[in-house]
Formats: sequence, structure tokens, C-alpha cells
Amino acid sequence: MKRLVLWLPLGAFLIFLAVVAAGLYTPRQEAVPSAMIGQPVPDFALQPAIPGRPGLTSAELRSGRPHLVNIFASWCLPCRTEAAQLAELNRRGIPVDGIAVRDREQDLAQFLATYGDPFRAIGADIDRRVQLDIGSAGVPETFVIDGRGIIRHQHIGAITDADLPEIMAAWQEASR
Amino acid sequence: MIAEAGLALLWLAASLSLLQLVLGAAALRPGNEPMVGIVRPVAIAQGLLVGLSFLALIWLFLRTDLSVKLVAANSHSLKPWLYKFAGAWGNHEGSMLLWVTVLAVAGAGVALFEKRLRQDTLIATLAAQAVIGLGFYAYILFASNPFERLFPVPVEGNGLNPLLQDPGLAFHPPTLYFGYVGISIAFSFAVGALVTRDVGPAFARAMRPWVLGAWIFLTLGITAGSYWAYYELGWGGWWFWDPVENASLMPWLAATALLHSVTVLATRAGLRAWTIMLAVVAFSMSMIGTFLVRSGILTSVHAFAVDPLRGAFILALLTFYIGGALTLFGLRVRHVKEGSTFELVSREASLVLNNLLLSVILGLVFIGTLYPLITQALGREISVGPPYFNSAIGPIALALAAIMTLGPMLRWRRDELRALSARIAAPALLSAAVLLVVVLLAPGISWLPLLGLAVAPGVAVASLAPLWGRKLRRTPLFTYGMVIAHLGIAVALAGMAADSAFTQETLVAASPGQMIAAGPFNIRFVSAEPVAGPNWTAIEARLEARRGEGAPFPLTPQARLFDSPPTPTSETSIQTLWDGQLYAAIGDGDDQGRWQLRIWWKPFVTLIWAGGALVALGGFLALIGRLRRERRHRPEREAWA
Repeated sequence: MKRLVLWLPLGAFLIFLAVVAAGLYTPRQEAVPSAMIGQPVPDFALQPAIPGRPGLTSAELRSGRPHLVNIFASWCLPCRTEAAQLAELNRRGIPVDGIAVRDREQDLAQFLATYGDPFRAIGADIDRRVQLDIGSAGVPETFVIDGRGIIRHQHIGAITDADLPEIMAAWQEASR
Repeated sequence: MIAEAGLALLWLAASLSLLQLVLGAAALRPGNEPMVGIVRPVAIAQGLLVGLSFLALIWLFLRTDLSVKLVAANSHSLKPWLYKFAGAWGNHEGSMLLWVTVLAVAGAGVALFEKRLRQDTLIATLAAQAVIGLGFYAYILFASNPFERLFPVPVEGNGLNPLLQDPGLAFHPPTLYFGYVGISIAFSFAVGALVTRDVGPAFARAMRPWVLGAWIFLTLGITAGSYWAYYELGWGGWWFWDPVENASLMPWLAATALLHSVTVLATRAGLRAWTIMLAVVAFSMSMIGTFLVRSGILTSVHAFAVDPLRGAFILALLTFYIGGALTLFGLRVRHVKEGSTFELVSREASLVLNNLLLSVILGLVFIGTLYPLITQALGREISVGPPYFNSAIGPIALALAAIMTLGPMLRWRRDELRALSARIAAPALLSAAVLLVVVLLAPGISWLPLLGLAVAPGVAVASLAPLWGRKLRRTPLFTYGMVIAHLGIAVALAGMAADSAFTQETLVAASPGQMIAAGPFNIRFVSAEPVAGPNWTAIEARLEARRGEGAPFPLTPQARLFDSPPTPTSETSIQTLWDGQLYAAIGDGDDQGRWQLRIWWKPFVTLIWAGGALVALGGFLALIGRLRRERRHRPEREAWA
């Protein structure tokens, strides 16, 4: 028994070698896609970011209808450029839910007043916990989530006009 | 000429390391004793030659000799001289040359200064150091030659990665390497002792100063690296669990465990196999870290040009060295005598616990660092971030800090539980009191920082325990070293806990003229103006901050654009106050004159690095203390058996 224990370190090292040798010769993808695609949204319940309006909970995202969730912040400059595209999605009948990351109420109110307010509900993600749990690394990012709360599509960065067809397609896919 | 001379010196050094190996192996055979005398000078000459080769590379960089490929790819004639100098190791080939230089210089140091080790073990140690050296010489000479010429000679160089254009680059890598690669001495000692079956207290006493020396440099290197990431990356964090940070932390964890277990071996002749294991693991972690960072297998800010062939080369070296040492361990260590026994309540037991917890942390960091590779092998891409590391390692590190205070209070072999509880009563009460005060005054702090805030003052007081009731002037220097190092841990812990509990973050998009409230400060955004430096241009935000009615002070964060290669960086502006730091960074702007500003008020964050410096200072005092004592009680040199 004792003798076997003495060979354990070597065994562990051999396992390490196997893993890295495999890693060294596997071609790699540069961008890490969210491991959350195809996964259910994590459990969360975010307080309303603007008092008097709805916050956002994971229960809501599983309520049978698809959702488009936009992760944004008033301090994020690229988020300002996608206001028109979010409004356009609204016009095409897609409600937009927001998660405001590390934001403050008065800043947010001013942001919405200045750049338009396409949001049905906005949850306040003060400590970034939900943003990280849902698999987003930065702002802005947009997720398409189906009626069972499964993440179907992730868009990283601001939405431009060129991105709209892709998002519409993902939405229709999620609505089925 | 200089490049050719440097390359020739490198070849010479490599052949000397081969000679060192052959002579060492031959000298260990019975009947060859006269050869023993030659191995030491060969090791010293090897260190000297590779040192000169490294100086040749620095000289090429200082002169910006663009006919050398490495200089052309990484330097620029208009760069400030400090970055030309430091640029010598701010790239893959140069840093590998620094690697092998430290390796050879450390070997030369052993050959010059090591007088306590048994002669045959010393020879075996130098031979082992030569084997390690040979592999890395081969790697440099065949796969990453820093002296390669370039033809035709370009008119201008590419410049240095702007993230590295920081005074820290001049000191941080050499310091870290002295620790990171210097710990190879412990590896070679272990291999040497396994070869000659000489694992005992005398061996441990000989090894201890070398481990301590490397560990001091590692501690300093990690502390400095943490501060560099803090002010250079612009996100207010001081530790990102980046693979390369982990690569420096893992040898440190193993070396810290080794430092404590070697004391058990030196004092009580216990933990023999374990100490040897740790000595092997510490440098193995350095090599694995080098591999992970240099092969580009993990994404990291420190990855230089990525080349799978190089990765395969280093992996082959790893397989040979680590696999070889572990095989030797499996074969030989069972012949090592069992150590003396000890009771459950004793200093040995507390040190074993310390070693176990450090090993668990090491294991968690190791798995967390490699996890993306493991899942990738299983067909999924994933990245592991700070939430995993913080929640997995935080609680164990806290427990470790608490246990750290018990060890020095306990006697060797056996002690009374009742006596121990009397000794820890005061620090424990202090911690409880602080816990209560913090909960009452600042509710809503999450439990980990809260416990950290409470544990830190208790640990600080308890770490002074070895001085209680002693004549301070008669207390040996190495005891002071231990006290200060442990105190440093408490100070750093307080800083980490205060930073995560009380940091106030303000992220705004603001235009000049606007007032910004950030924690207790009112900040006026005065203007955003273009400024230029020797090889960069920048937008500089001029901010004026004041706390309450206090005197205003300026903050000037910059968004820089370096010319060559054209790269944007964020230069933070940090004001250090007695109770913390106000930290500002500027991000993107928009077409309406607004700028993204990130401002953090970080109370007592400076304690983190002050604590790290104290830990290193403690190590330094312990080293001086040990060496002084050794000199006084040096035993007769053991005769050649």
C-alpha cells in the first residue's frame, strides 16, 4: 500500500501530461462561446432598476414566452449606439428586457431619458453576479431566451443594423 | 560581432554544463574521488559564461542593433533607455535566456557557497542542476536563439509591447525569475539527496537557506507583479487569477510549504519523504508554469509569440525532468528512514496541517488553471474566473492564516491543549470583538471579507507571540524573521478584506465640467486634453478630487496610444492617502465629448503590498539569522566518505 502511494505523484503527473498534450494538438477557437448556450438561465431575482417598473426574475424568463434580454449600463458608451436597433426590435413586436450592470438609479434614468427606453422591465445587477452567471463578460450583450428559459442565442457587443436579421432569426427559432 | 560572441558564450556554457554532468556522474563512482574537485569550478565557470552571454544580449538591446532579429522585433531606437535595457527580457527568447542564466548562476552559487552539504550529495546536486540546464540550453540554441541575425537589416524596430513599457519591467521579471528558477536548487538538492540516500537533518539545514533565498525573491516578484497588474491594467483589481499569476503563485505555495516542512526535517528529523516531494513539486510548478504560459496553451496577457513546436519542446523537457524526478522518488524514497514521531498537539502537527492546507490550495489553483484544458479535451470551451478561485480558496486561506498563529506557540513533539488555549485567548477575543464591531458598524458585508477583517487583527497580535516574555535582544534574528513574515500575512489579509468589503466603485460617462461623487470624494472633471510622450500620444482626463473640505488633489488618468506597435493602453492615476487609494482610469470617448471614467475608492488596499513586502523582509531576516548561526556553529566539514 505504502509503495503504491509513492507512485501517486508520478501518476498524477502522467494524467497532467495527457491533458496538456491533447490540448497542445487540438486546434483552438479564439473566442470562447458562452458555455451557457443551450443551458437554462440560472436562478436569479433582480430588483427593479427604476422604482415603480418591473424588475427581472428567472421565473419570468421561464413563463412560456420567449424573451430578448439586453445587458447594458448607463456608463457604457457602446450601449448608447444600439438604442435605435433595440427600438426597431420593439417595433417588430419583440419586447426587450434589460439587465443594468453596476448602475445607479439617477444615471440610468437620465440614460433612458436621453437615448430612449425600449425596455419592458429592467433588473438592477449591482454586483455583476447575474451577468457572470448567465455567461456574459462585457456590456452590451444580448441574449435570446426561449419560453422554457433555455438560452438560444448570445450577441456580444452593440447591435448594428447588420445584426438585426440574425437576431430576428434566433427570435423566431425561440418562438417555435 | 557581439551577437556572435553572445552565441559562442552560450554554446560554451552549454558544453560546460555537459561537462559538469559527466564529471559529476563520474565522480560519484567509487575510486573517482579526485574528480570531485573539478565539478565546483566547472559549475562556477558555466554560470559566469552564460551571465556574460546575457550581458551581450542586453548590450545589443541598449545599442538597438537592428541586424539582430530579436532586437528588431521587440525594440525601437526611440524608446527610452530603460525600456531598451529591460526589453532584453520583455520577449520570449530573451526571457528564456534570463531563465537559463538564473539557473546556471544559482548552480554556480551552490558550487561557491555551499559548505555544509555532504560532498557526494553536493556533487549529485550540481550534476542534477547541469541536467536541467542542458535541456534549456538545447531549447534556446535549437528552438529560440536570441542572437539570430536578420538580413536585410530593417531601418527601424517594431517596438516593445506597450503594456510592458513600464519601469516595473526592469525589476519584476528578474526578481520573479530569481525566485521562480532559483527554486530549481531545491529540486536539484532533492534529486541529489535521493541519488546518495542522504535525507536527514544536516541535508535539511543545508537546503533551507537556498529555499529561503528563492522564496524571498518569489514573494517580492509576486507582490510587485500584483501591484503592476493593479495600476497597469486599469480595472482596479490586484489579482486576476490569470494563468501566469497562478504560474507564479503555485511555486510560491509549494515553496512556502517546503520552507515549513524543511524546518521539521532540520529540527526533528521528521517529514523526510514529504519534504523531498515538496522540493520536487516546487520547481516542477515553475516548469509547468513556464510551459503553460509559453506554449500559448492557455490564454494569458504574458503569452508571447505562440508556437506549438516550442510548446512541444518544453513539454518534452517537463516529461523528462519531472517524470524522472518522480520516478526516482518512487524508487528511492522508501529507503529513506522514517522520521521521529510526534503528538497531535505539537508544533510538528501544526506544521503538517499548514502543509496540508497549502497543498490543498495549490491543488485548487492547479485544477482551476488547467480546467479550461480539461473541458476542452472533453469537447467544451470554458473559462474559469475569479468567482471559482475566490470562493474555493478564500475560506481555506483564512483557516490557514488562523492556524499560522498556533504553530509558533506550540512546543516541538508535544504540548498541552490547555496551555495552548490560554495563549490564544487574547488574539481570539480580539478577533471576536472586531467581528462584532464590524457587523454593527458596517452591516451587509459578505461573510468572507467579514471574516478576513475579523481574523486579521487576531493573527497580527498572535504572530507576535514568539516575542512575548522573551528578552528581545537575546531573541535570535530568525525568530524575528518568522514573526515579521507572519505579521506580513496578517497585514496583507487585512488589506485584501478591507478592499473587498469597502471598495466603492463609480462608473460614469461624463463630460468636462461635470461633478462626480465617488465614495467620500467629490471629483470635478476639469478637462480632457491630448498630451504626448516620447513614443505615445494620449487623452488625459484632468480630475480634481477632494474629500469633504480637505485640500483638492489632481488625478490624471490617460488613455494612451503607443506608436510602435500602435496599441492603446490605459494609464491609471492613483492617489495614495493614509487610509487607502483613490484610483481613476479613463476609457473610450464618444463624439459628444463624453468619456467613460472608472473611479474606485479602495480603503486600506495598500496593506496588501505592504504585507507582501513584510513577508519578504521576514524571510530576509530569517535568512541572515540562519546564515549567522551557521557560521558560528559550523560543524567540521564532513569528510568524503
